[in-house]
Amino acid sequence: MAKFITLRFLQGILVLLGIYAVTFFLVAATPGSPFSSERAIQPEILAQIEAFYGYDKPTSERFIVSLGNILHGDFGPSAVYANRSVTDIIAESFPVSLKLGSISLAIALLLGIPAGILAAVKKNTWLDYVPMSTAMAGICLPTFVMGPLLALVFGLIFAVLPVAGWFGPEFVVLPSATLGLYYAAYFARLTRGGMLEMLNQDWVRTARAKGVPERTIVWKHCLKGGLIPAITFLGPALAGIISGSFVVETIFQVPGLGQWFVKGALNRDDFLILGLTVLFASLIVLMNLLVDIAQVALNPRLKYD
Amino acid sequence: MKLLRNVILAACMGLGLASCGDRERATDVAAREGVLMMGNGSEPKGLDPHLVTGVPENKIISALLEGLISYHPTDDLKPEPGMAESWESNDDYTVWTFHLRDAKWSNGDPVRAGDFAYSWQRMLTPALGAEYAPMLYVIKGAQAFHNSETDDFSTVGVKVIDDETLQVTLEGPTPYFLNMLKHYSFFPVNPRVVEEFGGMGDRASRWSTFENYVGNGPFVLEKWVTNQVIRVKPNPTYWDAKTVKLKGIEFYPVENAATEETMFRGGRLHMTNTVQPDKIPVFKEKMPNELKIEPYLGTYFYRVNVTRPPFDNPKVREALAISFDKQLLVDKVTKGGQAPATGYVPAGIPGYATSDKVKFDPERGRQLLAEAGYPGGKGFPKAEILINTSEAHRKIAEAMQAMWKQNLGIDVGIYNQEWKVYLDSQSNLDYDISRSAWIGDYVHPSTFIDMFTTGNGNNDTGWANPQYDRLVAQAQVAKSEEERLGLLREAENLLLTDLPIVPVYWYTRVYLKDPRIQGWNPKLLDNHPYKYVSINAE
Repeated sequence: MAKFITLRFLQGILVLLGIYAVTFFLVAATPGSPFSSERAIQPEILAQIEAFYGYDKPTSERFIVSLGNILHGDFGPSAVYANRSVTDIIAESFPVSLKLGSISLAIALLLGIPAGILAAVKKNTWLDYVPMSTAMAGICLPTFVMGPLLALVFGLIFAVLPVAGWFGPEFVVLPSATLGLYYAAYFARLTRGGMLEMLNQDWVRTARAKGVPERTIVWKHCLKGGLIPAITFLGPALAGIISGSFVVETIFQVPGLGQWFVKGALNRDDFLILGLTVLFASLIVLMNLLVDIAQVALNPRLKYD
Repeated sequence: MKLLRNVILAACMGLGLASCGDRERATDVAAREGVLMMGNGSEPKGLDPHLVTGVPENKIISALLEGLISYHPTDDLKPEPGMAESWESNDDYTVWTFHLRDAKWSNGDPVRAGDFAYSWQRMLTPALGAEYAPMLYVIKGAQAFHNSETDDFSTVGVKVIDDETLQVTLEGPTPYFLNMLKHYSFFPVNPRVVEEFGGMGDRASRWSTFENYVGNGPFVLEKWVTNQVIRVKPNPTYWDAKTVKLKGIEFYPVENAATEETMFRGGRLHMTNTVQPDKIPVFKEKMPNELKIEPYLGTYFYRVNVTRPPFDNPKVREALAISFDKQLLVDKVTKGGQAPATGYVPAGIPGYATSDKVKFDPERGRQLLAEAGYPGGKGFPKAEILINTSEAHRKIAEAMQAMWKQNLGIDVGIYNQEWKVYLDSQSNLDYDISRSAWIGDYVHPSTFIDMFTTGNGNNDTGWANPQYDRLVAQAQVAKSEEERLGLLREAENLLLTDLPIVPVYWYTRVYLKDPRIQGWNPKLLDNHPYKYVSINAE
């Protein structure tokens, strides 16, 4: 197992380097500059600004310098937000996204997985139809519909929860519900599918024929295997949910990472784009590694290799 | 399904409006405490007055810093004394002397004439790369210093007579210099603090962070949470602290207009920054006391690339400019009470009436197009309107497209580019017709007219007219304001004859405002001196 983890870790580093290089040159090749604005800047002034951020050097040289800096943990300054470094920005917004993300994920798992199991076990009864049609609606209802809808109902009509902002515990409810319900729907459907597949196995029929109680069949024999599709989805879901959801953050004014992804790209804030890409890629690599480990633990037929 | 959803939504909205006021909301608490909660567009890119260029930044900086002259609460031209208690100029408005009052920085330092000299030198220091530095070119020798022709600041017309007296010598007679001084590019910074954090030419100086900020305005920073809120509280060292009524202002960087509206209705904002155009008719009916539509010193227009045929022909350009119904456009598409732009310089500048040269006249438009060789639009090459990606701009472009088709029989396409790409295309003249806008920096026609001189960085049309350049140059050194406005009028007429631009409409500011807010008056540049603003608890 140690060998497997080391190997995957080294692989991860290579992947990150590759992603970094590709992003760097893509960003460098994109038209537009972080310094362009509606009001033309005089060429002399522009030259001063570019020199300050190192843009007067050739792209290849900038790549080497920035790679060196990143390896030392220095993501550079934001090219657009004066006197803020990329590290500052991430340090400020990442905890917010982490909080929103983990609560949403908890909601997603606590709602989605039991609903999925229940639906699979009570297949073709109302206990299957109701949660599954709700889940289908949940998947189809994008967050930009769900968010304003929740804000309307709980924020404006019943006026029990704040409509936007991020100032205290009550502000977490609506955004995490919006994000959580969306993922809960996915988890419910994936769990139901995984469980059904398990419950239809030949050995389950054998077990039933031998009189093994249904409870033991579901909880002891099928659950582990039935969760595998959900666990596989957990990796990317976790990375996505933690690195923030732009839509939910925009609807509810949550000062998380997601907004910075979009601002970074729209402003051509090269250093910020690179910093966030590295962060997001590392998260995905890490989450996928954890998921792989979890899968082996759940499925004895898989081995580390 | 869609209908059902709409019905539910409509029902919810009705209930939502009805249930307002059932319980105490954040805005009610804030109103009782005298705190103003306002939507402010986006997170400021910084609060250093010499480095920023945006509107959200301006709104916060004007609470934290004060220049020699301030904005008057109601009058757009009247100079309101700021750091300068009094001032005088010589007869031809080339030498101005300012007498500073006894004022303090928020760290207790006195504000001295030398602070302004330092600040303007910083603004003009090439290494700082201040984008607004050309605003200061009105000062004698400023351009040469900024272009590194000399590094001796004593060659620039800024002279510190003593701690309380500042003398400024200008390039030419500039009676509206006082209006320019209201702009934040002329605001002072505390030299001791700037020197402590890296000095004059350091773009990344940390003097303007939350921890280190020192200002001389009516408010000081109290809290700054990125992408969430910036809160300011009254500055006890401010010279006119007794006039300041608000106990605080909260600036919320809400970029999404729908979210902003929800926040306003949900009791989390006293004032929005903007309003979704489609909602304006609804607000007019349901919230007439909250909806504000006020004139704003800006023009929405299309640039025409005069270097590309067929747009190199002035007849084609004029045909485009007069063959769409502006009134219809503002009534049915933009809906925000905008005025159809029959000229370029917007209304509201005292002493300078708007031009009515470019009026809707499809008959003449067709005739001009025929004279240019495209009768009934026949043979007119395929042209395209460039817009930056935005629903609002697309709707306007679609309306123009339809009206040109109907009135001239020509087909134009629309294509959108993401903001930064669009800026590149526009400045490289890589377009046929490009959506544009200009908001004045100060209340004077020159802030609109100057940009279309040959080779000006903001011209972006390829248009060059030596006579226009001459008129603008003459206006800059005109002996009297009357003469200057006359010359600028002539220049505008020339611009509207040659028409490298198609004026569309004159802007309005449309926003929602809590009726409890007092002392917030319509202003052409949307500058509201906060010290006169207050909020009623009821």
